[in-house]
Amino acid sequence: MNEMPVVDAEAGTLLPKISAKKVQVFYGETHAIKDVDLNIADRTVTAFIGPSGCGKSTFLRCLNRMNDTIDICRVEGDIRIDGEDIYDPKVDPVQLRAKVGMVFQKPNPFPKSIYDNIAYGPRIHGLSRSKADLDEIVANSLQKAGLYEEVKDRLDEPGTGLSGGQQQRLCIARAIAVSPEVILMDEPCSALDPIATAKIEELIDELRENYTIVIVTHSMQQAARVSQRTAFFHLGNLVEEGETKEIFTNPTDRRTQDYITGRFG
Amino acid sequence: MSLPILVFVLLALSVAGYVLGRGRAMASAGGDARKLHSLPNYYGWFGFLVALLPAALVLLLWLPAQSVVIDTQVSAMISDRSAAESSRGLVMSDVERVAEGLDLAVDAGVLTEEQAASIRTEFTDVRERLGEVGVALGSDVTSETLQAAQRYRALSSTGDLLRTLAVVAAALAGLAFVYRRADSTFRARNAVEAVVRWILILAASIAILTTVGIILSLIFNTVEFFSLYPAWDFFFGLTWSPSFGGGSELGILPLLWATLYISFIALAVSVPIGLFAAIYLSEYAGPAVRAVAKPLLEVLAGIPTIVYGLFALLTVGPLLVDIFGDGGVLGVGWMGGGTAVMTAGLVMGIMLIPFVSSLSDDIINAVPQAMRDGSLGLGATHSETVKQVILPAALPGIVGAILLAGSRAIGETMIVVLGAGAAARLSLNPFEAMTTVTAKIVSQLTGDADFASPEALVAFALGMTLFVITLGLNVIALYIVRKYREQYE
Repeated sequence: MNEMPVVDAEAGTLLPKISAKKVQVFYGETHAIKDVDLNIADRTVTAFIGPSGCGKSTFLRCLNRMNDTIDICRVEGDIRIDGEDIYDPKVDPVQLRAKVGMVFQKPNPFPKSIYDNIAYGPRIHGLSRSKADLDEIVANSLQKAGLYEEVKDRLDEPGTGLSGGQQQRLCIARAIAVSPEVILMDEPCSALDPIATAKIEELIDELRENYTIVIVTHSMQQAARVSQRTAFFHLGNLVEEGETKEIFTNPTDRRTQDYITGRFG
Repeated sequence: MSLPILVFVLLALSVAGYVLGRGRAMASAGGDARKLHSLPNYYGWFGFLVALLPAALVLLLWLPAQSVVIDTQVSAMISDRSAAESSRGLVMSDVERVAEGLDLAVDAGVLTEEQAASIRTEFTDVRERLGEVGVALGSDVTSETLQAAQRYRALSSTGDLLRTLAVVAAALAGLAFVYRRADSTFRARNAVEAVVRWILILAASIAILTTVGIILSLIFNTVEFFSLYPAWDFFFGLTWSPSFGGGSELGILPLLWATLYISFIALAVSVPIGLFAAIYLSEYAGPAVRAVAKPLLEVLAGIPTIVYGLFALLTVGPLLVDIFGDGGVLGVGWMGGGTAVMTAGLVMGIMLIPFVSSLSDDIINAVPQAMRDGSLGLGATHSETVKQVILPAALPGIVGAILLAGSRAIGETMIVVLGAGAAARLSLNPFEAMTTVTAKIVSQLTGDADFASPEALVAFALGMTLFVITLGLNVIALYIVRKYREQYE
C-alpha cells in the first residue's frame, strides 16, 4: 500500500533505528516478555499487534525506559537505538525520553493552556532562545499534528477543553515539540471515535517522513492501514515480524494466522 | 408508671410486635417462607417498628407538653405578691423542690400518700420533715408554696398515668395494625426500607438543625450584646479591658490582631513543612517508608491540643526565652517571658502539619498517573514533573487545605491559653504575650459570670465574629476548590 522504507532492516546493510536482542521483562515474579529479538527500521511505521496481555505495550515501554517508573519491573537484554545501548548506566533515561517520545492510550493533556501544553517540553529542555522562538515551535508542532487551524485562535484556553481526538493530536504535537527521533504510540486511537481515528491515522502516515513510529494497536485494520511492518506478540513472545502485507496475507506462523482471522483474541 | 419502666414496657411490646409480625406472615404463607413477598425477618422488623415508633413519638411529644401544662397551671396559683418578692422562676423551682421532697418522703415511708397530699404548714414544720429525708430547703416553706407543690404532685401523677395509657394505647394500636396487615402479600421489605430511609434523613437533619440552633443562639445573644454596647466601639475599639464593675472597653481589634498574627505564624510553619512532607510521601517515598511515615505523621493529629499547650508552656516557651530573651544566646532581649505569640504560633504550626500534609497527600495522589506518564514521556525529570505538572494540577486542592488549616488555627484555644499569655495588646513584636478571641471567650464566661452584663455577653459577639470569619474562609476554600478543580478527563 505504501512505498517501502528507505532503510531495509532485513538487508542488514544499514543499522536499524532500534534493535532489541534477547529482551526479557519481569513484573515481580511474572515473566512478561520472553526473549524478544526485534529490529525496527528508521522512518517506518511498525505496528505491534496481539491479544490483550501479550506484552506489546510492555515491550513498547521498554523502548523509552518508561518501565523504570514501575518499581517491580525488571528489564534484561540489550536494546540499542542508533547503536547505543539505552540501558547502559551512562544513559540518562530523561534524555532518552526526549529522543523517544510517547503518546498514550488515553489523551492526557496537562491541565494547562494549549500553548503551555506544547511549550512544556521545549521549556524543560531549553530548546528556545526567545519567546518568538517558542511561539514558532508551538505553531510548527501544532501544524505538524494537523491541529493548528482548529486551535490557533484559542491557544490560551485549557487543553482539557478540547474534544478527545483534538486532545490526542495535542498530545502528539506535544511529543513532536521536543523534536524526537522516535515516537511510540500506545493504542492512540482506542479512546476515539472513527472520524478522530481516521485523522490520527492520516497524521501518522504524514509523520512517517520524519520520524520512526512504533504503534501498539488492537485493531488489525488499523495496523494494515498505517504500518509498513508488523510484529505479532503472543503470551510474551514475539511470534512473527515482517512486512505488514506479508503478515496479513501470508503469515508463516499458525498463531498469527489464527489471530488475524479472528479465531482468538 | 415511671418513665424507665414505661420505656421498658414499650420495648417489650415492640419485641412482641416482631414476633407477631413474623408469626402472622409465616402463618399466612402456611409456614413456607418462599411464598412470602419478603424474607420473614422483614415482617418481624415491620412489626417491631410499627409498635415502637408511633408510641415513641407520642412519648417524645408528651414529655415537654406535660411539663408546660403543669407549669402554667401551678404558676397560676402563685400570687403576684410572692412572685414580686423574688422572681416567679425561683418560686417555681422552690415548688418543684418541695414536690420532689414530698415524693422522697413518701418513698422513704416518712409520710403516707394521704399525709403528703394533706399536710399543712399551719400544723407541721415541713422544712424539718423534709430535712429528715435529705431534702434541704433554703427557706421555710410558705403555705402557698406547699399548696402549689401538692397541686404539682397531683397533676404530675395524673399526667404520668395518662401518659402511660397513651403510650401503651399507641403501641397496642400498632400491634393491631401489624396483626391485620402482616400477610404473605404485604411488602414488608419495602416498608422497612422506607422507615430506614427516614431514620437516615432524620440523622442528617439533626446535624443541620444543630448548626442552625448554634447560629441562632449566637445571634440572639450577640444582638443583646449590641443593645448594651455600641457595635462601633466593639469592632473598631483599640483597647480590650473588661471590668465587671462597669466602664469596660471591649474593642475586638487587639484580640483579632493576635488571632490573625498567631494563625499566620502557625501557617508559615505548617504549610511549607506539611506540603514538603506530602510531596515526599506521595512522590518519592517507597512503599516501606510510606507505610511507616504516614501513620507516624498522622499520630500528631491525634494528640489533644491541651498536650500541645503544655508543650508550648514547658518546652517551646523557655527554649525561645533562652534564645531571644534577656541574657539569651543571641543577647537581643526581645522576649520577656515564655508566653508569646511566637510560642503559640510555632506549636500551633506543629499541630497543623499533619492536617496540611494529610490533605495535600490525598490531593496529590488524586492527580492521575497519566499526567505523570505524559510529563516523564516528554523527557521531564521527576522533579520537573512534580513542580510543573503535579503541583499546578493539585494547587486548588492544596489552597483549600491551607484555608481549612487556617480556620483551624483561628479557632484553636488551648494552645493559645497556655502559650500566648493573657494580655490583650496591639503589637508587632512576635515575642510579646498577646491573647486571642478564643482565649478571651473562655475567660469571659468562666467563673461567676452574670449573663446580663455586656462583659459576659461580649463572648457571644466574639464567637459570632470568629464564626463568620471561619465560615467565610471555608466558603472561599470550597469555592476555590470547585472553581479550579481540574477536569482531568
